[in-house]
Amino acid sequence: MHLRQILIAEDDPRDEKLTLAALEEYNLANKVLVVHDGEETLDYLYRRGKFKKRAPGNPVAMLLDLKMPKVTGLEVVKIMKADEHLKMIPIVVLTSSREEPDMRECYEYGVNAYVVKPVDFGEFMRAIKQLGVFWAAMNEPPPVGSEPVFIEG
Amino acid sequence: MHLRHILIAEDDPRDLELTLAALEEYNMANKVFVVCNGEEALDYLYCRGKYQARPGGNPVAVLLDLKMPKVNGIEVLKILKADEHFKTIPIVVLTSSREEPDLRECYKHGVNAYVVKPVDFTEFMNAVKQMGVFWVAVNEPPPNTGNGHPFTPAMKEATHEIPTSHSALGG
Repeated sequence: MHLRQILIAEDDPRDEKLTLAALEEYNLANKVLVVHDGEETLDYLYRRGKFKKRAPGNPVAMLLDLKMPKVTGLEVVKIMKADEHLKMIPIVVLTSSREEPDMRECYEYGVNAYVVKPVDFGEFMRAIKQLGVFWAAMNEPPPVGSEPVFIEG
Repeated sequence: MHLRHILIAEDDPRDLELTLAALEEYNMANKVFVVCNGEEALDYLYCRGKYQARPGGNPVAVLLDLKMPKVNGIEVLKILKADEHFKTIPIVVLTSSREEPDLRECYKHGVNAYVVKPVDFTEFMNAVKQMGVFWVAVNEPPPNTGNGHPFTPAMKEATHEIPTSHSALGG
């Protein structure tokens, strides 16, 4: 079963609000789920904790902040890319960091794309829209059947 | 020196023409390098064969067709993603194939994105434009993309043309 949902991992409430508003313009906002730290991100993906009962299926893409509490974005990337069931989920890092080490590490661990959050409001909205159009509407996500099948115990 | 260019690997002349026309609209056509089969794509990236003396620097993205002669797209993808020097280059497959095995193979080997060529002309143009905007203007390529790589023997001697202008993309 394919949810065609985007997962957004973002701890800053202002950035979350802007991101959702930008995606709203393309009618993508109702297909989005937001988590607020790395731990929640993993709980969602592994269908555990408060996400134990969510419908199975991987998001078609993830927008992933790097600086997040509990578990950082980079840790999430590493965990996902090392997991047979999760490694094919497209990860788009969306971060204020333009630091070369962050970019290098993310690409080394196999992120699909890396977007630096523009400081300017208008540019931020435009970047999110362009990102949303590509990843939610144009990109073909990995085929269904490459996802985890977690038996609820 | 950073040209911020894309490499397009496409063997169909019609699709190539449309792709370049679509990129032209965003003034990106002069930032594109085209090869027409997998072997040339690899020659270009590895700076060998007829591309031996090309200016150094990796493209910020590769638009890769799958069905190509000599070396097909999936082979190119496997080779690049297995190579330390090239594995971080964003590869966007642009193909008429919606076949699940192709999709699965590509993602298995680490493709960054996979776009199915729309059949409708206008949709095709639009898709290429959106793709261009994202991968050239929005995405940050891996660090040191423009700094060349170990395979350019002529780098020290070559004189490089400094681009005089960079068009603004996406408004």
